[in-house]
Formats: sequence, C-alpha cells, structure tokens
Amino acid sequence: MPTFGFNHVEFLLVAALWTLGLSAIAFIGGGILGFVIALARVSSSALVRGLAGAYVRIVQGTPLLILLFLIYFGLAIVGFNNLPAIIAAGAGLVIYSSGFLGEIWRGCIESVPKTQWEAAECLAMTRWQRMTRVILPQAARIATAPTVGFLVQIIKNTSLASVVGFVELSQAGKLINNSTFQPFIVFITVAVIYFLICYPLSAWSRGLERRLNVGRR
Amino acid sequence: MTYEFDFSSLLPYWREFAEGVWLTLQLSAISTVLGFVGGALCAIARADGPPWLQRVVGAYVEVIRNTPLLVQVFLVYFGIAILGIRIDANLAAVLALVVNVVAYTCEIMRAGIQSVHKAQIEAADCLGLTKTQTYWHVVLRPAIERVYPALVSQYVLLMLASSITSQISAEELTAVANRIQSDTFRSFETYIVVGLLYLALSFVVRGAFSVFGMLVFTRRRRLGTPL
Repeated sequence: MPTFGFNHVEFLLVAALWTLGLSAIAFIGGGILGFVIALARVSSSALVRGLAGAYVRIVQGTPLLILLFLIYFGLAIVGFNNLPAIIAAGAGLVIYSSGFLGEIWRGCIESVPKTQWEAAECLAMTRWQRMTRVILPQAARIATAPTVGFLVQIIKNTSLASVVGFVELSQAGKLINNSTFQPFIVFITVAVIYFLICYPLSAWSRGLERRLNVGRR
Repeated sequence: MTYEFDFSSLLPYWREFAEGVWLTLQLSAISTVLGFVGGALCAIARADGPPWLQRVVGAYVEVIRNTPLLVQVFLVYFGIAILGIRIDANLAAVLALVVNVVAYTCEIMRAGIQSVHKAQIEAADCLGLTKTQTYWHVVLRPAIERVYPALVSQYVLLMLASSITSQISAEELTAVANRIQSDTFRSFETYIVVGLLYLALSFVVRGAFSVFGMLVFTRRRRLGTPL
C-alpha cells in the first residue's frame, strides 16, 4: 500500500487549481446572472420582482447538493449524456451563486439612501442614468466586502462538485485516501490547502469592511 | 427529447422519504441547540476570556470558517475511527455539524455582544450585578435579539447543509434519495421530490423560528419600540 508522500501533495495541488478554476466559473457566471437577478429584484414591475424573488427563494431553499444532482441527471435527460463533469458542476454552482449574490447585491442597491434616488429623479435623469451614474457606483462600494466574503463560500462549496465526479481538491483527497488509507493526514492536508486559499480572502473582506465603516463615520 | 416523467414509481417509497425528513429535522435540531449554546459560550470567551483563550477560540473560528464542511465531516468521521472508537455515522454527522455551526454562531454572537453599549455594562456594574447576572440580563438578551435574524438564516443554512452528511452515509433525506434513485432508476424525479421537500422544510423551519422569536422577544410587542 502506498503511503502519503510528495507525489500525493503534488496531485492535491493540481486538484486545487481545478478548485480555483471551478470557483472562477461559478463567480463570473454567478456574478453576471446574480446582477440580473439583483436588478430584477428592484425592478418597477411587480411581476419581474416576484419572479426574481421566487428564483432566489428556491435557490436558497434547496441544498447545493440536490441542485447539483438535479442538473447532472437533468442534463442526461435532455440528451447530453457524455458531458464532462465540469459542465454540470459549473452550471450548478453558477445557479447557486447567482441566487445568493443577487440577494446580497439587492441589499446593497437598496441601502443607497432614498434621497439619492429622489435627487437623481429631480435632475431629470432617466431610470437607466439614475442606476448607472448614481445608484450602482455607490452600491458597488458597499458591495465589495460581502462579495469577497461570499467568494470564500463559493470556493468552499466547490467541494460538493465531487458528487458529480468532478476531480477537485476534495475529490482528489478522497481518491488518495482510497489508495493510501491514511484519512487523517490526507484530509488535514486538503483542509490546509483550502485554508491557505480562503483565509487571505476572508482577511481581505474584513479589511474592506473596516475601511468602508471608517469612510462612513 | 422523449423522456417520460414517472413520479408514481416513487409512491411506494413515501415512508422512506418521511423517515429521511424526520432524521434531517432531528440532525438539524440537535446541532442547532448544541451549536447555539457552544457558539454563545465561545463568543463570551472571545469577548471576555483570558488572552490565550481568546486566541484559541479566534483560531478555531477562522479554521472552521475557511475550510469546507465536507472536509470537516470527513475529518471528524475518519478521525474518530482512527482513534479506535467506532461510532454511528449519524453521531459523527451531528458532531461535525456542531463543530461547524459553533464557529459561525460564535462570530454572529460576537457581533451581537459588541453591539451592547459599554455604558449599559457599567451601569449594571454600578447596580452591583454579578458578572453572570450582567451577562444574562444586560448583554446576552439584547445581543441575541439583535442578531436573531442572522442566527435564523444560519440555522436554515445548517439544515440544508446537513445534506452533506449523506457523504458519510448518515441516513438523512439526501442519503435516502441516493438510495431510492438507485433502486428505481428514477433519479431526476427523486431529486425533484427531495428538492421540494427541502424547500418545504426551509419554509417550515424559518416559520417556526419566527413564531419562536415572537414568543421569546416580547419587548417589541410590549413597548412598541425597536431595540
């Protein structure tokens, strides 16, 4: 039986790159979709608001694990049988992230003081101008810290992509454990790699938050 | 696309679904209660304990919050096995969930404790309240009331995250689904049903928490003023 050694660490580090890649897909895709959701949540049409609200509630009310299974088997039903695992994993994480990011950003948009909306209206700005020139720049400043914080959640949740057969950091750990049967050292190493990726981001998010509060004081 | 949906073949399994829901609720309830108590104690230790304890709790919170629950579940499950103790997968699942949620609760409660004004604690001191009394009457109650919505969200997320413990074959709802779909080959239908069950569960849990909140935090109802 092979023992846990340098080759295994190397294998884990390569898998960590896949974790980062999958996180990037989830963040970018989820960011675009989430932005649309956030705008829809503050739309002037009640129907659009309601639909976006229902989407958020469904995504936030089902476990990511079930979402991944649904997409994995759903894609097979529509006839995509031999898709690479990254498609199902990526799609699941994009939907998951969009539900949460949309809600975070809605909060940021709504936390821009109402007087700013009114002032923009008094200046005869169109709805589009008001959003792009007045509200969104201010909302973006508020949104940076929680968005970076959520990025940490995304990275951690890519670990669930292992259930659809995607070999990222956790799945790599499982594979090594199956061959060496030294679970403790293997998963400690996996945890340390996750920590090294996530901790700087958490610290950055906290720093951003502190700076924002200083600006407000 | 010629797929025919067939939910009827899942009907005979209703009892198993119900058992899965029940176990998921039990897992979440136990982890929520233990997690809340542990998290509150950690938050107090972090705010008011000796410096070494503050540092230990701080490190614990950071480690847990920056690693995935899945890896924590594996570590607890295999870690205990390596110590030579054989425990039930469900027990390992509860342990892992508690270890996880204590850290998040600690962070939320810390924010609540910090929000209590220093003058209030000094006033309690002047009135001759003991440290325990001060914590119970002056600090914790308003702190909990202030962060209650955040706690509720965290515990609903915990209920959903308990699905991850299916990976160590704890017999909760997701594990039941995995077994049923391999029995019936009706994977998509099974996960639709389970997804809806989770959705219903999250509404029920959220509703229960808000009723509980109304019963426990009477201040707003009595005085008509926000905290």
